[in-house]
Amino acid sequence: MSTEAKTSEVLDSPTEPKQKRLRFGGNGTLIFGLVLIGLHLLIALLAPVLTSHNPYISDPDAALYGPSATHLLGTDQYGRDVLARTLYGGRYALQVTFIATTITVAIGSALGILCAHLGGWFDMVIMRLIDAILAIPSILALLVVVTVFGNSIPVIVFAITIVYTPAVTRVVRGAAMAVVPLDFVTAAKARGESAFAVVLREIVPNVPGVMLVEYAMRASWAVLLISTLSFLGFGANPPTPDWGLMISEGRMAMTVVPWSVLAPIIALSTLVIGLSSAADGLSGRLGVDRLSKGA
Amino acid sequence: MLRMILIRLGTAVLTVLLAATLVFLAIQALPGDVAQQVLGQDATPAAVEAMREQLGLDRPVWVRYGEWLLGLVTGDFGTSLVTGEAIAPELGIRLRNTLMIAVPTFILGVALALYLGLVAGLNRDKTPDRVASGIALVGMSIPEFVTATLGVLLVAVTFPILPAVVIDGDQASVVELLPATILPIIVLTISMTAYILRMTRTGVIDAMASEFVVTAELKGVRRRDVVLRHALPTAILPTLNVLAINVAWLIGGVVVVEAVFNYPGLGSYMIEAVHNRDLPVIQSVAVVTAIIYSLANLAADVGAMLLDPRQRTRQEAS
Repeated sequence: MSTEAKTSEVLDSPTEPKQKRLRFGGNGTLIFGLVLIGLHLLIALLAPVLTSHNPYISDPDAALYGPSATHLLGTDQYGRDVLARTLYGGRYALQVTFIATTITVAIGSALGILCAHLGGWFDMVIMRLIDAILAIPSILALLVVVTVFGNSIPVIVFAITIVYTPAVTRVVRGAAMAVVPLDFVTAAKARGESAFAVVLREIVPNVPGVMLVEYAMRASWAVLLISTLSFLGFGANPPTPDWGLMISEGRMAMTVVPWSVLAPIIALSTLVIGLSSAADGLSGRLGVDRLSKGA
Repeated sequence: MLRMILIRLGTAVLTVLLAATLVFLAIQALPGDVAQQVLGQDATPAAVEAMREQLGLDRPVWVRYGEWLLGLVTGDFGTSLVTGEAIAPELGIRLRNTLMIAVPTFILGVALALYLGLVAGLNRDKTPDRVASGIALVGMSIPEFVTATLGVLLVAVTFPILPAVVIDGDQASVVELLPATILPIIVLTISMTAYILRMTRTGVIDAMASEFVVTAELKGVRRRDVVLRHALPTAILPTLNVLAINVAWLIGGVVVVEAVFNYPGLGSYMIEAVHNRDLPVIQSVAVVTAIIYSLANLAADVGAMLLDPRQRTRQEAS
């Protein structure tokens, strides 16, 4: 069995990087994704420069206007400028996504590496807990947390952390498991280095690819989850300009002023497509086979 | 093999138990007094005290936890804080309604994803693959509430044949609900197909590049047989886990889609409960979804054992 595995490994290795790049689309996808993300960050930052309209101020006299020179994408049912709200609309989601994803990946990676390194009881207890959390669909878990603690930004960040940390832990644990039995880790342990040093100096430098791909992937899921939550009325509070909220509010007048729904839909979709393309491109370039990990 | 299935079954029960405990604990962390919330701010202290007693809140947490778990095992989910009626019958109806969407979606989604994944994987980097992968990326990136909203828009404007939303949901019978399931099924199938398609495609590509497929090809086995008999079973294997994850995702997606279409299923039951802070209902729905997810995982594991003889022996040792 072991010789067999070795031969196939040797046979595969020269063609493998090329194959992976082909499979995931490689650099083009990555650049496409990064450009989309960059564009969204720029728009969110420069929103006050790009439009002179205030996204919060409603004007009942100017409600439900079609596109015109003053309101390029028209107005919604409260007379707010749709373009301004769309440009500002990414701020809430991007902010929450950035904070939540950073915390999630940090905690998830730490837990995953610890599980792989320590093994035994610690590993087993954590993995059981993770299974239990994963057994509750993320949107339901999120709703439970929001019911209990309300919908302020810290709570939503906390909720997303709870929902996505288990998946990150699992994936990083898998990657770290492959590193732990390697000779240089054994050597470090044999040298008598502390567990902390072994983890930080030997294991962590070997899993950043996985962590980076996880970051991009979780971020795209977090954006979806946050806007879904806003759409359902448990996320951003009106009159905050937020895409999920805009789509939810605009639904009633959808047939009259379709842009009030279409503009946030386009914005939200391009951001998520950007994030998942970046994740795909990264996993192709770094040779991280994210799909086969399933989570 | 039987022993391994039993072990998995034990793990599944343990997972559900843990999930139920986590939900129970989260609800216990609710700030403020439940009895006070049910009665409102101007209730007299005596009335609140009576309510506490009626809800059993005057007893220790672990007693209530034990009773709740015992109730779950016997099929007693407690009573709703809002209607004051038993949760179990309503939960059953909602679950049936949700399954009317979820089961067809699952079958349709898996069939479509397998077919498209196979086509894409066999024509790697050619036009069919690029089209399928592109559609999958877009399908994954557009949230269900957007597809659902666009669906309502489309139906409202162009084809007013299908009902866009359910008006009279609670009393509707199975036959009355049937037309209302079509749009939710379409919306959910789009997203679900996108997820699984990517996995099947990778599985097919890996399987077609493997040595046993090359051997089969060299032996002169017909292309159709190579794909269907040799490559496909191997390609499906990694997809099984993704299917189980998709069941959980499906239940989550159902929440959103049911909210958009005002469909009286498990998801909208949950949303209503969250709005009304109807804690026993929230707990019950969460537990039911955890059970469904664990069953799906169990099925995926058993399926993997049936498809892959190695799994029957390899994990026995570990």
